[in-house]
Amino acid sequence: MNFTEDQIARYSRHILLRDVGVEGQEKISNAKVLIVGAGGLGAPVALYLAAAGVGTIGIIDGDVVDLSNLQRQIIHFTADVNKPKVISAKEKINQLNPDVNVIVYQTLFTSENALEIINDYDFIVDGTDNFPVKFLINDACVIAGKPFSHGGILRFDGQTLTYLPGTACYRCLFHSPPPPNAVPTCSQAGVLGAIAGMLGTIQAAETLKYLTGAGELLTNKLLSFNAKTMEFRTVKTKRSEKCPVCGSHPTITQLIDYEQAVCEIKKKN
Amino acid sequence: MIKITVNGKTQDLENATTITQLIALNNITQPDMVSVQLNEEFISQEDYESIELKNGDEVDFLYFMGGGQPV
Repeated sequence: MNFTEDQIARYSRHILLRDVGVEGQEKISNAKVLIVGAGGLGAPVALYLAAAGVGTIGIIDGDVVDLSNLQRQIIHFTADVNKPKVISAKEKINQLNPDVNVIVYQTLFTSENALEIINDYDFIVDGTDNFPVKFLINDACVIAGKPFSHGGILRFDGQTLTYLPGTACYRCLFHSPPPPNAVPTCSQAGVLGAIAGMLGTIQAAETLKYLTGAGELLTNKLLSFNAKTMEFRTVKTKRSEKCPVCGSHPTITQLIDYEQAVCEIKKKN
Repeated sequence: MIKITVNGKTQDLENATTITQLIALNNITQPDMVSVQLNEEFISQEDYESIELKNGDEVDFLYFMGGGQPV
């Protein structure tokens, strides 16, 4: 790949990095990353990956922009209210960096389309707010052998892990989704808007580290932070032999659509 | 008395304590909603009752966290 003068200028701060360089920037420019959810986490992930020049960014989301989203979903602006989120996100990405090829899926991520969609991508970013889809992303990535970044935020807290085939998956840590409504989502319990930016930029950094091979990923680790104390903590984890999807004797070999929390179903209708 | 570490912080235990009792001591009201790691190994729920903590054990309670975007 030959960069133009403009591209060399645009990506100069990456090219200057010893761990990235021209070679790393080429890897970024040739990469295809899927972002599931164009919301609080997906917004900063999409913007930073677009700025970084990720060659192809796929975004899947079936929702439209709501006024209550704008407190944290920084890829959407006031004029975008009622616009499909994937369209709003694509417009901003194109304005930020016309080099990026954006593929939008204005639909829900389900067991029906998950494997087919992720098959086209090198890395997947979980930017969803609900456990059924978090488990679906995990299972689909484990089954398809795709790396992904998990992210969750609530109130003043965030947590993230990176999965590569063979490392601890989300199900190693959390066996199965909590019953609907047992754990509140952001739409029920609230979230400090900037937390989405903090966690989303960690996920974007992990994605770029994966693509360039720079540094050590958050594999076999769970990073969590609390913004009230600004304490960050990394817990070491291990792949569980008994994990129902990535263990030695997996019981989950097909994708599952778990029931959504009741409030989410109501919202969709 | 034994000293253990719970989520990175030292905790003193007066008596012999199981994982189930430690969950109660730490005021975790929904034990189904946490994952427990003991010395970096995940513990199955059915073993909470039988595992007794030893001096120097490191316990991590991991919580479910949602967040992001409904899709």
